[in-house]
Amino acid sequence: MSSPKYAVICLLGLLLWSYACQYKPYSHGEIMYQNFCASCHMDDGSGLTGNIPPLAGADFLKAYPEKLPCIIRYGIADTIVVNGVSYNTPMAGVPQLTDAEITNIINYMNQAWGNDFGFVNPLEVQRILKECRTVGGGR
Amino acid sequence: MNYFLFKEPIKSGAVFSIFIVALFCLSACNEDTTTLPILGHSYEEDGKTIHHTIPDFSFVNQDSAEITNQNFVGKAYVADHFFISCPTICPKLTKSMLRIHDTFKSEDRLLLLSHSIDTKYDTIPRLKKYADNLGVTSDKWHFVTGDKEEIHEIAEDYFNIAIEDADAPGGFNHSGRLVLVDKNRNLRAFCDGTDEESVTAFLKDIKKLLKEMENEQS
Repeated sequence: MSSPKYAVICLLGLLLWSYACQYKPYSHGEIMYQNFCASCHMDDGSGLTGNIPPLAGADFLKAYPEKLPCIIRYGIADTIVVNGVSYNTPMAGVPQLTDAEITNIINYMNQAWGNDFGFVNPLEVQRILKECRTVGGGR
Repeated sequence: MNYFLFKEPIKSGAVFSIFIVALFCLSACNEDTTTLPILGHSYEEDGKTIHHTIPDFSFVNQDSAEITNQNFVGKAYVADHFFISCPTICPKLTKSMLRIHDTFKSEDRLLLLSHSIDTKYDTIPRLKKYADNLGVTSDKWHFVTGDKEEIHEIAEDYFNIAIEDADAPGGFNHSGRLVLVDKNRNLRAFCDGTDEESVTAFLKDIKKLLKEMENEQS
């Protein structure tokens, strides 16, 4: 291998590496979260003491991944228990979000604020949303 | 060579003393001795300046107790306007109010007053639950409801707006100022309750007012 070729490969590698360092996963989900969720659940996912459940470190996200798409779209009126605390302030749904946007929000929440609750597949979210549409929910 | 060795200590000594003097000046400058202004429209009458004051009011709090200006005699208080089912700015307002509450928990001279602008939905039991969930009590923080017109009108006296609007999210158009009122019912400071940095500055303003109250007493 001649040395100019070698240099080009090194340079490309360096570029890729610097890009990978700047890459923020789920940035679309983050923007969607800021626009549709953060005013109640707060920028840092901490919620509001006793009235609005936290998302940061929330056991609910890990325990009920199949409920999240339906709650985001249709809201929730039932009492839910998060980290041992009951919350019953009704949440309004966000019906204008698409399946893909909901997927991105869930994946952002699952990885933000120190959360590590895995990744949901867009097709899986789509399937769940089809099912909860018949059940309905929220207010 | 000797000359240089001799010069160095003097030079560093001079630098050191300049540093000390500068530090002294800085600490003196940082001592903020100004008082908070009295805000709002004011006018002259018989040679006296009449300032904007909070008018008489009568509301009911989360414990079904009547709350009037009498509850705030000799005290300063922070007021805001919110409603429980508000999907926009209110949770952040309440969070900021909670931050103020926690900062001045043991400060008897400061109270908090949250007006619900959704008088139909935010009943006394709902306000009670909201306050209980936050872990706060009415000896420090009143959540009040009352006549809708009266609450919407007094919002303006606190530099806020509250307008019923079916097209607005949650049914109301409203603003999110937190306002500091002194014991003479004058407005002394305000902040944007949705902005953390603005609230941080506001906490300093509250401390300033409490200091002023302290000085008046002694």
